[in-house]
Amino acid sequence: MAEVEETIKRIQAHKGVIGIIVVNNEGIPIRTTLDNATTVQYSGLVHQLTAKAKSVVRDIDPQNDLTFLRLRSVKHEIMVAPDKDYFLIVVQESE
Amino acid sequence: MSVKRLRRDFGAPVQFSDRSVTDAKDGYVECVSFEDKTFDLRKIEIDTGVQAVPDLSEAGTQTEWKHPRNANTQYYPREFEEQQKEEIQKETQFKTFVTNVTPRFELALQQNEIMDVFYDDWMNLAGQDGSFGGKADSHLKEYQSFTDLQFSKDKTITCIDWHPTVKGIVAVSVAEKLSFDSRVDQSAKIVMKPSLLLIWSFTDPIHPQLLLEAPDDIYCFKFSPTDPNIVAGGCLNGQLVLWDISQYEERLKNPKAGAKKKNPGQAVFEDEAPETPIMRYCAVSGIENSHKSAITDLLWIPDHMELNRMGIPQENRTLQSVQIMTCATDNCILVWDTRPPKGTQHEEKGTMKNPMGVPTTFKYLDLNWKPHLKVQLHKSEPGGDHSPTKFSIQEKQGDRNVLSTLGDASTHKDPAASSGGGGGGFNFAKPGSGREKRTLSNVKTVMFAGGEDGEILYVDWMPQKDQDSNKLMTPKPEFYSTLHDGPVNTAQRSPFFKDIILFVGGWTFSIWKEGVNTGPILMSSASPKRLTCGQWSPSRPGVFYISLEDGSIDVWDVLDRTHEPSINQSVSSASITCIFPYQVTGKQHLLAVGDSTGTLHILEIPWSLRTPTNSELTGVTSYFDREVKRRSFVKARWDFREQEKRQLEADAKMKAGIAPNVTLSEEEVLMKMKQEYLQYVEEESAFLRHLGLKDDIDEPLPEV
Repeated sequence: MAEVEETIKRIQAHKGVIGIIVVNNEGIPIRTTLDNATTVQYSGLVHQLTAKAKSVVRDIDPQNDLTFLRLRSVKHEIMVAPDKDYFLIVVQESE
Repeated sequence: MSVKRLRRDFGAPVQFSDRSVTDAKDGYVECVSFEDKTFDLRKIEIDTGVQAVPDLSEAGTQTEWKHPRNANTQYYPREFEEQQKEEIQKETQFKTFVTNVTPRFELALQQNEIMDVFYDDWMNLAGQDGSFGGKADSHLKEYQSFTDLQFSKDKTITCIDWHPTVKGIVAVSVAEKLSFDSRVDQSAKIVMKPSLLLIWSFTDPIHPQLLLEAPDDIYCFKFSPTDPNIVAGGCLNGQLVLWDISQYEERLKNPKAGAKKKNPGQAVFEDEAPETPIMRYCAVSGIENSHKSAITDLLWIPDHMELNRMGIPQENRTLQSVQIMTCATDNCILVWDTRPPKGTQHEEKGTMKNPMGVPTTFKYLDLNWKPHLKVQLHKSEPGGDHSPTKFSIQEKQGDRNVLSTLGDASTHKDPAASSGGGGGGFNFAKPGSGREKRTLSNVKTVMFAGGEDGEILYVDWMPQKDQDSNKLMTPKPEFYSTLHDGPVNTAQRSPFFKDIILFVGGWTFSIWKEGVNTGPILMSSASPKRLTCGQWSPSRPGVFYISLEDGSIDVWDVLDRTHEPSINQSVSSASITCIFPYQVTGKQHLLAVGDSTGTLHILEIPWSLRTPTNSELTGVTSYFDREVKRRSFVKARWDFREQEKRQLEADAKMKAGIAPNVTLSEEEVLMKMKQEYLQYVEEESAFLRHLGLKDDIDEPLPEV
């Protein structure tokens, strides 16, 4: 439990990181450092996008799988790492 | 068919065999076909009709019409309870997940921190050093030069203005170059010669396209920015003059069409100059109400605002420039309105005689034009008031930000007001009529002015109630500084920064920022020749041109070096009186230079001087910020020095024994007095000894 905390804190400490969300495979947020409304919005939207991206990768090559997704916009960068049961979403400010 | 047999063979099997036809005679019977008459019908002609008819069939369907109906759903996200979350987080699966996934994030975040992946190197490579290419590339090339032998010889050019809409038309005002005394001496001769404003087109460098006549020499003029057929000029005697050149609009637009009128068959013995039309002014201000001395600067107030009698800037509904601001050396700045005052009649138009064919656009103004606002520039100390030579206000023509901040969408609505013919709204938009005009509170009513004695003023043009006399007068200038050693001949705001102003006067120039009153941001060293005019470049934020008395032009680049000009180029042998850079097209920027022999030179600005380098705007902005900081640092330092000096002085005085401010206590006073007395006694004995009056006190000899 403590290592999880520590890891999350470490990621949070990077320059420009706005927030971290851990989501289960149905899109329900489990752990977050942002406020509720934003968390819920991010988790719902990103979850759908990740599922789509994963299906793209697997359609092209069924033995491949999605490991990391980076979405960069003018203001922010959203990074998602999907796994079997959970997702981890990190939002960072763009330069 | 019948078969004959012997009776005893009846019923017995029969055996048939084949026999060829030719074996027996009459072995076959022929049955030949023949035409049976009963069936003979001779068909001669048959009349048949054929018709193609589409199959008509009727079918029908019925669609269900779905009428739109409002429906909505409301949802809320699925969330876990706190407890559930806690439970999930305790699972080992969760921990393994986090541990597995973290390195990917670390990689990504580190990458982001190290460098920006999307930075376009190629785009940012160019333009880093924009000054490649030798001096020849940054040379101002002479493009054309205009002189008129008849009208502009031996005269000096006083002002240049480019036509706002038609490319290739530039207007120049010429005046006699005589001092006041010689003017008075030759006044009889001067009255005979007309004072002119020449309009040149690039297609014809020898003959001007149009001449505008004025009552006296014009010292400054401007085309109206919204209606280029109206030209306003300020005269030597203080009058303000208006011309309406709509008659010649066509001629200006197609200059070649009217210029060449030679008959092909006729031999041309002498150069017959095509007639240059001369146009008289159509309105001039009343002499009693004008300035008392020569008008030195003139400005059309930008079309989005207008000033009322109280100096309050109000929104201009017609979006046409209708007001003019002028300044003269008689210590005041006047604001004039070109619209008819309330209550004038227009019916006399038809009956009025129109000698000389002057357009009657401004007939209502002629000879009785009065300014509606007067700004007096008083000096705080006695000794005359400030006499302005140039001024500059913050609002720029075409910049309608102030209107948009008012937040009203009905500024576009202007139906009949400005759709008039030639005069465009001057005839029927009365000032102050119709709906209430909104006050523009975002407009700063302060302006900068440069004076005849080289001073720079910052004054508010709105008159306020003076405490002593309870009259409405202009407040004293907020701040002024006498910096230049000659009359200020240019006060111009930078086209890129609203609060940076360039002043040129005497032998120096300075750049000021509005709001920083302690001193100029940049002040040049005294140049060997007098500076006659300065202008910012319209395309590069850090470049400006300064013209000198010896006929050369200095190009200064603030980012290149600030102790001397980047480029110096000689343009003419006579002193330059006026310069005006202008962007004629996107690729061609021209600099119009007028000199004191009446020649107008047009120079082409090379690529290196008209294209800004990358991030030049940010560079110049940061340069000005640094200078402002330097200014405040200098001021703080000065204060500190002052304090230090005072401290040192006080210390020195203390050491010398004089204590000016310190009050000593009684004891100290006594001690001091005693010391003084002892000193005095010593001096007295020394003096007496010197005189020989005092016997030396014999010291008792030591016992032997």
